Amino acid sequence: MEIIILIFVFVLAIFLGVELINKVPSTLHTPLMSGSNAISGITLVGALVSAGSTSNEFASILGVLAVAFATINVVGGYMVTDRMLAMFKKKEGGNGK
Amino acid sequence: MNIDNTLINLVYVVAAVLFIVGLKFLGSPATARKGNLISAVGMLIAVVVTLGNQQILSFELIAVGVVVGALVGAVVSRKVAMTSMPEMVALFNGFGGLASLFVGWAALSVALVKAMSSGVAVDNFSLVTIFLSILIGGLTFTGSLLAYGKLSEKISGRAFVYSGQRIVNSGILIAVLVCAALFFQDSANDNWLYLAVGLSLVLGVMFVLPIGGADMPVVISLLNSFSGLAAAAAGFAIGNILLIVAGSLVGASGIILTSIMCKAMNRSLPNVLFSGFGTVKVSTGPVIEQGEVKPMSAEDAYYVLEAAASVVIIPGYGMAVAQAQHAVKELQGMLEKNGAEVVYAIHPVAGRMPGHMNVLLAEADVPYDLLLEMDQVNPRMDSFDVAIVIGANDVVNPAAREVESSPIYGMPVINADKARTVFVLKRSMATGFAGIDNPLFFKENTRMLFGDAKATIGSLIKSFD
Repeated sequence: MEIIILIFVFVLAIFLGVELINKVPSTLHTPLMSGSNAISGITLVGALVSAGSTSNEFASILGVLAVAFATINVVGGYMVTDRMLAMFKKKEGGNGK
Repeated sequence: MNIDNTLINLVYVVAAVLFIVGLKFLGSPATARKGNLISAVGMLIAVVVTLGNQQILSFELIAVGVVVGALVGAVVSRKVAMTSMPEMVALFNGFGGLASLFVGWAALSVALVKAMSSGVAVDNFSLVTIFLSILIGGLTFTGSLLAYGKLSEKISGRAFVYSGQRIVNSGILIAVLVCAALFFQDSANDNWLYLAVGLSLVLGVMFVLPIGGADMPVVISLLNSFSGLAAAAAGFAIGNILLIVAGSLVGASGIILTSIMCKAMNRSLPNVLFSGFGTVKVSTGPVIEQGEVKPMSAEDAYYVLEAAASVVIIPGYGMAVAQAQHAVKELQGMLEKNGAEVVYAIHPVAGRMPGHMNVLLAEADVPYDLLLEMDQVNPRMDSFDVAIVIGANDVVNPAAREVESSPIYGMPVINADKARTVFVLKRSMATGFAGIDNPLFFKENTRMLFGDAKATIGSLIKSFD
């Protein structure tokens, strides 16, 4: 049963994602990409558990590597997206929005 | 600090909602920055609550990983130039894929140890999803590294096509599955696992190798999608719903972008993935009657621009290469001061990633409401006095409309040739990425301004002073 629920969630989330992204204007495609890229760093959450459990040394090492790479993805992704979006300005008003 | 599992999962629900709201806010330039922040908050609370997981007994290693990762991520994201954004996104994609590969592998190791001590074999669903996260994560990693190399021009950005690559790639994929099957039979034999990991890494390289140049927006979108799907697969492997939700949101977003890019090039995804543009039969059909190319000096161009009441600027990858976005913005200011209306027309695949031109122009302080999409500009193209094409080629090629035998026939293009006068800023008469002649250069109303785009615009600006 649990497997079915996971698959259910997966399929529904895909459809939700398609609906959400379909409306994004092309102006924002690059920040969308780097921002969603940062979200894919969610694998960090899984990595934390492997890295922190002391029962299996090999898994912990893999976990730490995963934590490091996923954190680069998360921190770098969000920061660079913010940097880009800060530059998007409307005509009137000069600075900011 | 131990947090109850139910509570952790409830917080995960909140995090998932924040990701969804964040993505929704990313849909409009006015709210996008807030959306990104909301999504980052979702990530932060997900990470913090996970640290309360009862399985986590030691925090030293975690601290090391997080500090190193955060430092590298922060430094890279601050230092990177806006023109290098495509390769940086590719690199980050790759890191996400690699992390998912490691998470899957670690889950496998834990599951095998548990199976050994309990005597109950690992269930097939776990094995399959673990292998999927290793396979997708691995090919995302090497594929993205190769894309990074191509985009940053550390290696040749051209498509590398050889005959039978479809067969080779399918062969590798089948080999991975066979390794997986053999490993399921005999999980004591690690060699099958190593072989599967190795082959996944090779598959990533083979998959990106035949794609190059102007097709890069497609491949980046696709790798973006893969990095999400790898996270989702890792979520299945460790039974974490948040990974599945967030991963599939990203997977879906990448799929959408991929299909938008393919549509903008009038090509199917398999065509982009397998055939490289080099192999498209270049037509030897009826030769387009080509007039003479009419070069123009910057001074003469200035007189035309000075008299123009409306100007449309059409940038392409050449603007990024010449780093000309700031000069372009300055020229826009001069024209506006002179009383002209200035807008930009952006083709969906201009540049090397989706939205590449928009980010560069935003960096140069061009307001985003002046950046028009192809469909907004084309209907009123004949009302523009001057169209300035800067480092774009295939996306303004009228052959896509007029020459049925042209390889790009049918691709939606910006109809620059319909403006009263067209200025093409170009380094030389070389053909574009696709190696196709561009009849635009020979049109009656086209003038060529040869030279470095930035220098040419610089001399135009000087004339205005």
